[in-house]
Amino acid sequence: MSETLQRTATIAVLVENEAGVLARVIGLFSGRGYNIESLTVAPVDELRRLSRITIVTTGTEMIIDQIKAQLDRLVPVHKVSDLALEGPHLVRELALIKVVGRGEGRMEALRLADAFRARVVDATPESAVFEMTGSAEKIDAFCALMRPLGLAEISRTGAVAIARGARSL
Amino acid sequence: MTNATPAETLTLNGAEVVLRALKEQGVEVIFGYPGGAVLPIYDALFQQNAIRHILVRHEQAAVHAAEGYARSTGKVGCVLVTSGPGATNAVTGLLDALMDSIPLVCLTGQVPTHLIGNDAFQEADTTGITRPATKHNYLVKKSADLARTVHEAFYVARSGRPGPVVIDLPKDILIAKAPYVEAATAEHRSYRPVTQPDAGAIRRAVALLKGAKRPVIYAGGGVINAGPEASHLLTELAHLTGFPVTNTLMGLGAFSSDDKQFLGMLGMHGTYEANLVMHGCDVMLNIGARFDDRVTGKLSHFSPHSKKIHADIDPSSINKNVKVDVPIVGDAGAILAAMIAAWRADETPQDKPALAAWWRIIEDWRGKDCLRYRQEGRIIKPQHAVKRLYEITRELGRETFITTEVGQHQMWAAQYFGFQKPNRWMTSGGLGTMGYGLPAAMGVQIAHADALVIDIAGEASILMNIQEMGTLAQYRLPVKVFILNNEYMGMVRQWQELLHGGRYSESYSAALPDFVKLAESFHAKGLRATDASDLDGVIREMIAHDGPVIADICVAKDENCFPMIPSGAAHNEMILGPDQEGGVAGVTDEGKVLV
Ligand SMILES: Cc1cc2nc3c(=O)[nH]c(=O)nc-3n(C[C@H](O)[C@H](O)[C@H](O)COP(=O)(O)OP(=O)(O)OC[C@H]3O[C@@H](n4cnc5c(N)ncnc54)[C@H](O)[C@@H]3O)c2cc1C
Ligand SMILES: Cc1ncc(C[n+]2csc(CCOP(=O)(O)OP(=O)(O)O)c2C)c(N)n1
Ligand SMILES: [Mg+2]
Repeated sequence: MSETLQRTATIAVLVENEAGVLARVIGLFSGRGYNIESLTVAPVDELRRLSRITIVTTGTEMIIDQIKAQLDRLVPVHKVSDLALEGPHLVRELALIKVVGRGEGRMEALRLADAFRARVVDATPESAVFEMTGSAEKIDAFCALMRPLGLAEISRTGAVAIARGARSL
Repeated sequence: MTNATPAETLTLNGAEVVLRALKEQGVEVIFGYPGGAVLPIYDALFQQNAIRHILVRHEQAAVHAAEGYARSTGKVGCVLVTSGPGATNAVTGLLDALMDSIPLVCLTGQVPTHLIGNDAFQEADTTGITRPATKHNYLVKKSADLARTVHEAFYVARSGRPGPVVIDLPKDILIAKAPYVEAATAEHRSYRPVTQPDAGAIRRAVALLKGAKRPVIYAGGGVINAGPEASHLLTELAHLTGFPVTNTLMGLGAFSSDDKQFLGMLGMHGTYEANLVMHGCDVMLNIGARFDDRVTGKLSHFSPHSKKIHADIDPSSINKNVKVDVPIVGDAGAILAAMIAAWRADETPQDKPALAAWWRIIEDWRGKDCLRYRQEGRIIKPQHAVKRLYEITRELGRETFITTEVGQHQMWAAQYFGFQKPNRWMTSGGLGTMGYGLPAAMGVQIAHADALVIDIAGEASILMNIQEMGTLAQYRLPVKVFILNNEYMGMVRQWQELLHGGRYSESYSAALPDFVKLAESFHAKGLRATDASDLDGVIREMIAHDGPVIADICVAKDENCFPMIPSGAAHNEMILGPDQEGGVAGVTDEGKVLV
């Protein structure tokens, strides 16, 4: 058995939209020493008062199973899904990337943004803000290209994810 | 809520709604301590008779008392404390209950909603502080949620793996009128633990058990949690299969100590035979136990040749420390019933000759008589004190409940006091809280007024909640405190002797009170035994007295608790007794870092 082999898991958690639920989830990860690579949360069903949390974490298979079991036993948790185990799924992240500068660097940044399908959502003569969605790798690659061209600030959401096809949580 | 009373006809205030909900949940006793934030509840308590309030002397004790009450009855224990220091004092008890899976509901007062977050007088972020110390907690911010929250708290506390639940109650919510709603009959929206086992898992488990040559049943506190019927079923399965059974510290009483298939407790201070059976078995059935580090010893060497079946109601207990072959999620009682049925239905014969050979090996190990001690001379051996206490209580035939503090005396109680039934043994296993035993005994005595309730204590631990002698006096609770007074924090002293070169740093119990006078000042009887010939007389006098007693049993000061698996060692590296202490020199630094 590959008891030391690490993997990355993207876990979707459907929770009651109530005070303290995020603190419970985060407290679980810090209290038990699990990794959080990213965590996103937002209400997804007003009527049924549900929020969806997407957590990207790494660990051995045994740790990831523990994380899922520990999440599942929290009282306000409805459902826990380890997306990779359940079939093909989409993972997306949104980033806002600010580049400051004039001249050739700025032109190059705009050209690259176009190639990466990043949208210009704000521009002044000396700055531009790009909006980009995609995989974490794609955003990483774009940010790396922007660095020498005046990259000033990045704001990223962390991953959100959903299964492909008709299957739902 | 659809069946809520319309606003104009509300007659109850929040405090009254809380009490009515408690009553509907079957609460008869509440252990508590008043303060500003909970005065409305105290006022409502004053005006009713359905629920009895027991005034403790410290909020930690209220929680342990509720634990004793809960563990000895199978009901949910109930606690009431004020905001701020009342709530923080309760935290140790809450975590103790969480670790040992004890169902509790603890009501905490809170400053009024409009002051929350303002550092108001006696404000504490109680839900924040208790989040990792409870199974779940609530802050009630709307009167409309009050009754439903209390009902839900009881459901959460007792369902699945039981545990403590806190309800934080702002004072304005207790004063304002609130609607009463009855407990919901609908399923909970999100928390629905699995209790019925998967049939395939049961079949796979039984197939393994049928083929076993060297089996063992390792049963824990989960069998007690599942109720007395589960203990009957465990006994039935054991008799049906002929397998040896060992219990964890938390599981004692789940299987009768009189049964010849019982190997005693396993683990760090478990018996030689239980630990070697665990080490050498080929099929292990873990039912309601959680592979605690005090049981497994060195994980990489734990039962290396066995196929493991793990039956537990909490999926997060499974594959947490030890990877198992057949996981079964469900209630221990339901799982045992299903296994018995499947064993009967499965026509595969059992390997009887192999089992007989296994028992011959086990009898050999038993022959070591690992709990043997020599009571010679006048100095009372602590083991002997517990053994005589056990023999005399058995001879008297009274319904007996034992609680303990934490330390060597706790282990000797586990080793030398036998339990034939579940719910008779209350001890702090997971958190190991000194000061647990006296208040827990109080809670047991409240639930079982006519029973003999004894706290087997150490002289250091007992001082951690000694103020509860006042509670015993006030309510005339005839609890017996049986102190094995070795003038040391013996368990600490033992580790210092064995692992830290005999440097007894701060482990001597200096300036002890005179426990006889201390008992008397709390309106109790004080007794002392200093000579082995006094022992039986003191025990009998203690039991015969119809009020609270402290019996100060002055025992050998330097006795160690054996067998012992030193930290970081494997089951087959057990130390059996003083003659073998040389073996401990081999404890590595890696072992020393473990607690
Ligand atoms: C000084 C000291 C020394 C100790 N030495 C030892 C020792 O030598 N040996 C020893 O055994 N312990 C020892 N302990 C205790 C130890 O720390 C643990 O508390 C104990 O081993 C845990 O017992 P358990 O595995 O039965 O689990 P528990 O803590 O009782 O947990 C119960 C398990 O059952 C599950 N469960 C709950 N309800 C149900 C249900 N209805 N159906 C099915 N499953 C359910 C739970 O999910 C959990 O996994 C010692 C403690 C102290 C303080
Ligand atoms: C609240 C708390 N503090 C510290 C400890 C660590 N500890 C475990 S056993 C022990 C000594 C207990 O001494 P005593 O009550 O005299 O029991 P003995 O071991 O001598 O039987 C200590 C300090 C603990 N378990 N709980
Ligand atoms: Mg002592």
